[in-house]
Amino acid sequence: MLRILHQIFRTGVVTEPLPAEVEQEIAEIGARLEDRIRKKFHRSLTIREVDAGSCNGCELEIHAMNNAFYNCERFGIHFTASPRFADMLLVTGPVSVNMEIALKRTYAATPNPKIVVAVGDCACDGGIFGESYASLGRISNVIPVDAHIPGCPPSPVSLLQGIFRAIAQ
Amino acid sequence: MNALHERLVAQLGEAAMQLEDLRPADVPLLLVPREQFNEAARTMKYQEARLVAEWASDETLLAGGYGIYACFSKGSDFLVVKCVAPEDDPAFPTITRKYAAAYRFERQMHSLMGVTPLGSPDLRPWIKFEDWPEDAWPLRKTFDSRTRMPRVPGDYRWIRAEGEGVYEIPVGPVHAGIIEPGHFRFQAMGEEILNLEERLGYVHKGIEKRFEALSWEDGARLAGRVSGDTTVAHSCCYCQAVESMAECTPPERALWLRAIMLERERIANHLGDIGAICNDVAFAFLFFQCNILKEQIVRTNFQLFQQRFLKDKIVPGGVTVDLSDEGIDCMLRELEEFSKKFEQLIVIYDNNASLEDRVRETGIFSMEKAKDLGTVGIVARASGLDLDIRLQRPAAPYDIIVPRVSVQQAGDVNARVWVRIDEIRESVRLLREMLYNLPTGEICAEFIPPLSQASGLAFVEGWRGEIMYWVQAGKAGEVNRCMVRDPSSLNWLGLEQSIHGNIVPDFPVCNKSFNQSYSGNDL
Repeated sequence: MLRILHQIFRTGVVTEPLPAEVEQEIAEIGARLEDRIRKKFHRSLTIREVDAGSCNGCELEIHAMNNAFYNCERFGIHFTASPRFADMLLVTGPVSVNMEIALKRTYAATPNPKIVVAVGDCACDGGIFGESYASLGRISNVIPVDAHIPGCPPSPVSLLQGIFRAIAQ
Repeated sequence: MNALHERLVAQLGEAAMQLEDLRPADVPLLLVPREQFNEAARTMKYQEARLVAEWASDETLLAGGYGIYACFSKGSDFLVVKCVAPEDDPAFPTITRKYAAAYRFERQMHSLMGVTPLGSPDLRPWIKFEDWPEDAWPLRKTFDSRTRMPRVPGDYRWIRAEGEGVYEIPVGPVHAGIIEPGHFRFQAMGEEILNLEERLGYVHKGIEKRFEALSWEDGARLAGRVSGDTTVAHSCCYCQAVESMAECTPPERALWLRAIMLERERIANHLGDIGAICNDVAFAFLFFQCNILKEQIVRTNFQLFQQRFLKDKIVPGGVTVDLSDEGIDCMLRELEEFSKKFEQLIVIYDNNASLEDRVRETGIFSMEKAKDLGTVGIVARASGLDLDIRLQRPAAPYDIIVPRVSVQQAGDVNARVWVRIDEIRESVRLLREMLYNLPTGEICAEFIPPLSQASGLAFVEGWRGEIMYWVQAGKAGEVNRCMVRDPSSLNWLGLEQSIHGNIVPDFPVCNKSFNQSYSGNDL
């Protein structure tokens, strides 16, 4: 136990401020954001992540968003196990034919008002997989999408920035 | 002539004919009559060889018919056996009765290529879902990849358990965490799991078919997206297969840089896994600590290679990014610092009784089962199997800088954690050696696309385990077929077997200790 406490003490707080330009953007939309989050989502934003066919690269960065450096919970953002509790769906991958039904059901199970954010190049335009017998391409081919975060994979900072922009819209 | 080759020739006599079109030349390719395909498998089984992969290739535009291939290995010996199923009778004798792992390979061949394994006990669709038309065989040349797949009514036959008090838990495809989709069907009684059946294929994106529409060079980008967390190992393995077929030798420095990236990928992913395993038994402290170290590793990647996960840095002929002398110093300093911090965490892992209570004797996967199912990688090494392609088929620089392989006997979650811990330590040592001795010179050789009808094969020890690629050029030198075998294709079978008798709440930690790829399996 002492070792654990010692390690916690030694580690301290590693959470970093976001890059200056991102911080500024957040400050600018901050007031508006707070108001919207309070009105729409009762002060916190709950996200359900849906892998609709990704290579799992985007998942690595979504995980990283939760690590101590980016610590997305400081903004009131947290991930939920069920779409029933979600305000936002973060959807990755081109939509595989085999995930189409599950994605539509997850969308239907998410209460209104909801925001859908397509994460990663494949989610935005089909990426290298494109459209084929097995892939339906971009997310918006299957469910309505409110915002896009391109990148292969997008960095944790671009993810946070994209999420803020999506709420501010 | 290697021992497997010798044995097969002794058994089948002149019926086994050696073909010359596979590279590298030290892996023999033997053509056997179709009726003797399972005989060949039986011979291999008696030799205690493991099944590495089984796959089919549409060769109707080449020599004709469908090529049915199986790759076997024992120690450092590898052998590929081929038979041909004619177009008007696309069938071959199953080898599932000799090799249990073949049943998924064969279901996949049956589903996607339309070749029937005669005598197979299980012909349910695999990867392809029951709502696809039965005669849609996407890997056939006659199938247009742009076909919009119509949905037809169909049912999947699940394995059932009956009796008083037996109930069923369906999980997925959309899981609770930030993970890939798949479906698990449990039969349980009280808390105890009687059986687990996996149903995968949700993230099938038609990758193997997609390769056929790309150039050899673009294929490396696609290989880097077969399983995003293994981008280095997959693109490396693809490039090795293509290079061996095209007889292109990358410069020494390029091979060493590839190995440096491979070891960095191993460290980053193992850290993530150790943290996630701890998190699944509610020890969030180590989860956050391990992820701090992981983030620092990927940040150094970004600093030195401009990409956090080293994506698209490996191309046919070499690598696209060099490491400066300052870069080498920077990485050495990073490793110094990293080791110190990592060891502090390991002491905590090792001394925590409540953690130990959850991971010890949980999800035991016996050596016998691991051997039977042809398990590879960390899972195999945690169950007592001494398998590591860096030793069995060492490519430069592993021929000079030899890894010490960690083998654990217990086969439980704890053993799978310790294999990862040891491998991180070993990767740090290998990285140091590589950085001290990195040869000078070019980082990329000219790549001349392969000749027509040649085929190439390669193995790379990714962080999960042995990856295999088999590529085949068509008549005009285009990609006729690219077969990908992620370690997950074999190791998912192990998870089903390790779970019997465990309690339902322990499934997440068992699953995490295997941490297999869905995307790499579904393709």
